[in-house]
Amino acid sequence: MSEYKQIIRQFFSRFFRTDELGDADDVFAGGYVNSLFAIQLIAWLEKEFKIAIEDDDLQLANFSTIDAIAQMLGRKQGVVVAA
Amino acid sequence: MVSSGMDTDSRQGEFRRFALDKVVPFAEIHDRSQKLSDRIIPDLAQNGYFAPFLPHRWGGASMDMVTYGALHEELGRACSSVRTLLTVHDMVAHTILRWGSSGLKERWLPLLARGEVLGALGVSEPNVGSDITAVEMTAVADGDAFVLDGQKKWISFGQLADLYLVLCTYSGLPVTFLVERDRAGLSVEPIEGMFGTRGSMLGLVTFKQCRVPKDNMIGRPGFGATVAQTALGLGRYSVACGAVGIAQASLDACYAYASGVTRFGALLKDHQLIQQMISDTITDTVAARLLCRHAGALRESGDFQDIMHTFIAKYHASTAAMRAADRAVQIHGANGCSPSYPVERLMRDAKIMEVIEGSTQIQQITIASLGFQEFDRQRLLAGGDSFGQPSGGRPKHQLALDTVSE
Repeated sequence: MSEYKQIIRQFFSRFFRTDELGDADDVFAGGYVNSLFAIQLIAWLEKEFKIAIEDDDLQLANFSTIDAIAQMLGRKQGVVVAA
Repeated sequence: MVSSGMDTDSRQGEFRRFALDKVVPFAEIHDRSQKLSDRIIPDLAQNGYFAPFLPHRWGGASMDMVTYGALHEELGRACSSVRTLLTVHDMVAHTILRWGSSGLKERWLPLLARGEVLGALGVSEPNVGSDITAVEMTAVADGDAFVLDGQKKWISFGQLADLYLVLCTYSGLPVTFLVERDRAGLSVEPIEGMFGTRGSMLGLVTFKQCRVPKDNMIGRPGFGATVAQTALGLGRYSVACGAVGIAQASLDACYAYASGVTRFGALLKDHQLIQQMISDTITDTVAARLLCRHAGALRESGDFQDIMHTFIAKYHASTAAMRAADRAVQIHGANGCSPSYPVERLMRDAKIMEVIEGSTQIQQITIASLGFQEFDRQRLLAGGDSFGQPSGGRPKHQLALDTVSE
């Protein structure tokens, strides 16, 4: 759901420039972020989308790109998110 | 749910009475003997002060973060070593609650809530201080287990802990494990003669071919630093509140001393330069307490900006504690330099607050960077160029800030 991606991108823009960031770009491997960002991202996702992120969710595959985060949100909210 | 200010104030009175009765009489002994009194741990456990934020289902008191801060302020006011015991223990309990598997929660949280098992955090190493991305301790997969090799240094209550939360690298990725004290290959060497918080029973913990089951992993490889930040975030908040306690204790000592000592024909408290120092300490302390309460409220609400505001609170409170203790020693004169008064201990303990859970300089770098990020964002929202310069004038990548350790 592109709405998810747009909201995530807005959050990212609080921390770094997103004009060159694609939905499939790896923000961790690309050096955009660090663990302080990750912990803020998790707290924000939980509050913004009223979901619980648990130990099994703590995998790079769920957080590395805007697409991946949107997919995870979709799974948790029962919504199909297009890649 | 965040308690009302009145609730917190009421509980703070209760915490103060406990501290005066059970902790203050031992503070100097802890400092001299470099260990805690045997009575402290049972007393803390009896009052439910170990990881009191844990939900009732795990044996905790479901205490809100603002009230928790008040508890740590009062214990920091009484004895920084006792507050440190709770800080390191609570960091482990908090992290298991946040990221532990259901099996780890079932196994450890009730024991941690009762203080029957003591926790300690292992991030710093002999060659690694504030840069947690440079951790050298390794984990190697071996069947259903991992084999750990490395050392963790300056581990508060490393001598006493039953359970360590350690940060390692696995195939180049950060990962955290719980390691029981009685695991083969784990040994602890006491570190003594420290400058401050001398009752904190520091240890050098060595892991030599130390085998831990895969189930002891917290989170997943790649998120070890995030898990460690979960622990450090709580620790930073606790230290900030404890530093408020040191500042308040310095003030308490100054009130008593300046009210009873006469110099140049007048009580010290009637000298204007003494009043200036007292007023500066009052203002510093009140500001630090308010910053801590604000950070606590954000933590309680789950607001992601709690990180930023905990950094601010810790930075101000720790430096305020140092200023307060410095002024207190100055007001006490030669008496303040002697062990006959508590202020020299407070000054040594305050200095430690400026070093642990991220040094003052780490706080400054982080706060400034987060501030500039917010400035850039506001400019973007206003429709202007985000950096006030032609496009391409700044690298897109964020400065690495993974430099916050215990």
